[in-house]
Amino acid sequence: MRFFNLLIVGLVGSLLLWGTMDFPRWADPNAPASRHVSPYYLEHAIDDMEVPNVVSAILADYRGYDTMYETVVIFCAGISILLLLRVGETAYMKKRSLKIRLVRRNPILIIACRILFPAIVLFALYVIAHGHHSPGGGFQGGVILGAGFILIALAYNMHIAIVIFYPRLHRFIAALGVTIYSLVGLICLLLGGNFLDYSALSKILPVSPAEARSLGILAVEIGVGFTVMAIMFSIYADLSTRGRLRRGL
Amino acid sequence: MILVFRTIIPIFLIACGIAALQVKDLFACVIILAAYSFLICLLWAELGAIDVAFTEAAVGAGVSTVILIAALLHTTRRSRD
Repeated sequence: MRFFNLLIVGLVGSLLLWGTMDFPRWADPNAPASRHVSPYYLEHAIDDMEVPNVVSAILADYRGYDTMYETVVIFCAGISILLLLRVGETAYMKKRSLKIRLVRRNPILIIACRILFPAIVLFALYVIAHGHHSPGGGFQGGVILGAGFILIALAYNMHIAIVIFYPRLHRFIAALGVTIYSLVGLICLLLGGNFLDYSALSKILPVSPAEARSLGILAVEIGVGFTVMAIMFSIYADLSTRGRLRRGL
Repeated sequence: MILVFRTIIPIFLIACGIAALQVKDLFACVIILAAYSFLICLLWAELGAIDVAFTEAAVGAGVSTVILIAALLHTTRRSRD
């Protein structure tokens, strides 16, 4: 049986490798992908929205619908896991005033966490805010922020992480991110542009249409970051405690 | 440098894949998969897809490893087959 499985894996793997033979060579200028829309994006991204990182420009502006529904997909995945797994959300977790009980854990872990957590959060905020100019953006920044809270849950315990980032808060933030994204799109619609056409924002902001598109990208990336951060933490909290939100990893 | 990226990293990737299948200890398997993600991340970076490499490093090597370990704690540590 084990040999049979290995055979299937090997067969499918070699089929996939054989399929890649037909791919165009890497960075081939005659490949279909680099002939139709890519030259347009590369030539017009700077003029259209003053965003040096073309990847961000494509993700959040030219392909804004895709990114919006990717955010919705992440939101739905997180909500599904929450609905399936979460059983132990008792009333006391909703209160912010819960006293933090410091348990005795490995002091090296605690100190390392105290040093690392601010750096992680700062770096994540930088990644979100600087996504136009360098690699990064809402999704990566959100994941790093979520990882910061997971680090607290790992180094201290789940109880403290839940007190800091209590269930109502992370549900609210997850929904807030999607709302920010769609609200920006809706404001563009109300100002006379198309849905998610951020240049319409220049009617209410004292900037040129190109800068308005850049600001619109920033706004939606903040939304994506919120959702991804909250969902990452929520998935981790549910999986590591079987939904009881107590005595996790 | 290109030689390193184009030849040695794929070899390590295949080795990681086979090792992750063969190893009995599931915790070791998760760590090997994290190494696999990190190697893929290096490969993306070499191809110029820095955004994808960044996502791979944050999600593949970071959060998904933690989530897999969290799931692992609720099952047996050793694989039976």
